[in-house]
Amino acid sequence: MIAYILRRLLYAVPILIGVNLLTFALFFLVNTPDDMARLHLGVKRVTPEAVAKWKAEHGYDKPLFLNAKATGVAKVTDTIFFDKSLAMFALRFGASDDGRDIASAIRTRMWPSLAIALPTFTLGLAVNISVALIMIFFRRTYVEWTGVVALVGLMSVSGLFYIIGGQYLFAKVWQLAPISGYQGGFNAIRFVWLPILIGLVGGVGAGARWYRTLFLEEAGKDYVRTARAKGLSEMAVLFRHILKNGMVPILTGAVAVFPLLFMGSLIMESFFGIPGLGNYTINAISSQDFAIVRAMVFIGAVLYIVGLILTDISYTLVDPRVRLQ
Amino acid sequence: MRPALLWTDGLIFLLVAGLIAFVFVVRRHEHLRAPWRKVAADPVAVAAAMVLTWFVGIALLDSLHYRPALPPGPDGTVHYAPEVKSVLDALLGPLATEQEKSYSAPFATHLLAKETVTLPDGKQVREYPRLKYGGAQLADPATEEGGDILKRSLSGLTGGLLAWAVVWLALRRWLGRAATVRTLRYTLLGLCLVTGFLAALAPHYHVFGTDKVGQDVLYATIKSIRTGVLIGALTTLVTLPFSIGMGVSAGYFGGRIDDAVQYVYTTLNAIPGVLLIAAAVLIMQTQLSSHPGWFETGAERADLRLLFLCLILGMTSWTGLARLLRAETLKVRELDYVMAARAFGVSDVRILLRHILPNVQHIVLISVVMDFSGLVLAEAVLSYVGVGVDPTMYSFGNMINGARLELARDPVVWWQLAAAFVFMFVLVLSANLLADGIQDALDPRSRRRA
Repeated sequence: MIAYILRRLLYAVPILIGVNLLTFALFFLVNTPDDMARLHLGVKRVTPEAVAKWKAEHGYDKPLFLNAKATGVAKVTDTIFFDKSLAMFALRFGASDDGRDIASAIRTRMWPSLAIALPTFTLGLAVNISVALIMIFFRRTYVEWTGVVALVGLMSVSGLFYIIGGQYLFAKVWQLAPISGYQGGFNAIRFVWLPILIGLVGGVGAGARWYRTLFLEEAGKDYVRTARAKGLSEMAVLFRHILKNGMVPILTGAVAVFPLLFMGSLIMESFFGIPGLGNYTINAISSQDFAIVRAMVFIGAVLYIVGLILTDISYTLVDPRVRLQ
Repeated sequence: MRPALLWTDGLIFLLVAGLIAFVFVVRRHEHLRAPWRKVAADPVAVAAAMVLTWFVGIALLDSLHYRPALPPGPDGTVHYAPEVKSVLDALLGPLATEQEKSYSAPFATHLLAKETVTLPDGKQVREYPRLKYGGAQLADPATEEGGDILKRSLSGLTGGLLAWAVVWLALRRWLGRAATVRTLRYTLLGLCLVTGFLAALAPHYHVFGTDKVGQDVLYATIKSIRTGVLIGALTTLVTLPFSIGMGVSAGYFGGRIDDAVQYVYTTLNAIPGVLLIAAAVLIMQTQLSSHPGWFETGAERADLRLLFLCLILGMTSWTGLARLLRAETLKVRELDYVMAARAFGVSDVRILLRHILPNVQHIVLISVVMDFSGLVLAEAVLSYVGVGVDPTMYSFGNMINGARLELARDPVVWWQLAAAFVFMFVLVLSANLLADGIQDALDPRSRRRA
């Protein structure tokens, strides 16, 4: 098991290097530091001195790959590529373009993000599975038919409308929750329950529909027919057989996205003014702060790979037929 | 008048041509026709396809662009207007140009907010000014408006009914006696009635009100359809060669090629989609803004940006299709007929084209229709994040983005959101339903389940 995990971690290295090179190419080769400086200083009538000054302040005044002026190891290390890209492997993210430390911002902002993402995710799983199970239990009745129609309808509405509508009704008209803002500790509940609720409603359409097809596939298998033939009640068949086996793809799928919860939700956080990582990212995008975007890309890639590894491991835990080799 | 062909126009008509060619191929082969016959027997899918055709028709009309000629100058040379118009603009006529001063509610005859108005005798009063165009034909809106709207909507509905009768008589013989003809008939009736209703009322009232700068919201919504349909359709199309090539060759050749392809798509997948899109769009923006001379008109610039957005969205989403194709190709290449072809010495390229591709094409089709609705929804979110289509372009995302803060006004301005919601919902819902029908018919896995 440990050998397997180690090997998977080794596989992750070339992928991270690929991500690193790709973001480096996007941010420094297609868009040179000069372009970046001009973007921040205003496109028109920028003196070359101002550009040079901005680059020096933000550490972009070095050569990209090879510093011919330096000596020894510094030839390679005193470059933008080493400073800005490779440093991420050591989790050194440096300062954002407005001068603040990115790593400390991430450490403080991850908690509000998790306060919304974790409950939305766990409750979402529970709600989606329950809805799907109810529909399976009432197979070929009006309950299922209405359910399917409602779910397709729900998933055809843009997520923005759920947020705008929910915020308008609950926060503005009925005044049940603050429109935006956040506090730490137990006070957080006042601020996060509405985003969580909206997240649940917005996700149930696609989620429950997907789980329903998984359960249906399971319900059509021979062992289910055998279980019924043995005289088991429909409830027992549903919970002991269909649910148990249907959970395998659901759980492994959930494990894959679990680490990414850390990144927060871009839109929900920005609508409700939650000072999380999603909000951080969206602000970085709108103020064109490439340093933060680069850091978030790297973290996202790391979390994605962690998710892949966790998926493989969880397969062996829940499905004894799968062997890691 | 001079026709102006934008990049996306060309691509969308290419797509239509490809679709027609596909229909001809399918019609000639019985084994390809069978699943489509199943789609045609599904009433929900048929109704959804009809509604979708209506949307696509609007998008196509809006894709025939031209630049109107300006009045000739003193030396007789003809210049063309800087802005690009479409056939749809010409059809909608006054809707595009009848601009009020600011917000007004649906069917309103007065502005939403009070203004200081100078009366003819020089006195100044605060009142709700009359709209320049909305209900301008009424002498006394308070008493006449209800009757006028009723009269016009009745005539519009009658017109719609007549149009439906004509179209139906024309279609009838061609349709034969399919089981879903009744669904088709009622869907068509519904579309004709809605179109007739809007066509009769829109020239005289603002059916969905006006927005902040007094633009008719119905016009903005109709113009947004093209953007939505284009993003949904072109995104998968522009990356289709890429995903098919990568996926099929990875599955067929295996070995090093497989490793390389898998590496590429895992790496691309590892980057959070929104961030990759945002990064690419930001970079594109700097490039576009540093080369203002590239474009003759603003529309060309916005159009190129739309095309880029499609490409970028495609870059992040092609991996899913490539993975599915790889897995299916792995299965197909072990089948007897491929073995036989190889034993006869048929070349790899020929095997791929004649034996593998036709047998994985259903996956491509399913994923294209399944992705459509997701992409329409994604456009709205990306516009909110600020990395969507050009802000000057009509799109659902830009509409929602512009309208969301207006809910905080008093009185509430809800009609922009309502219009965007209704049109977007119908478009996405019909796309979802059609995709379901197609998947049921084409996917061998779901066939077994049924």
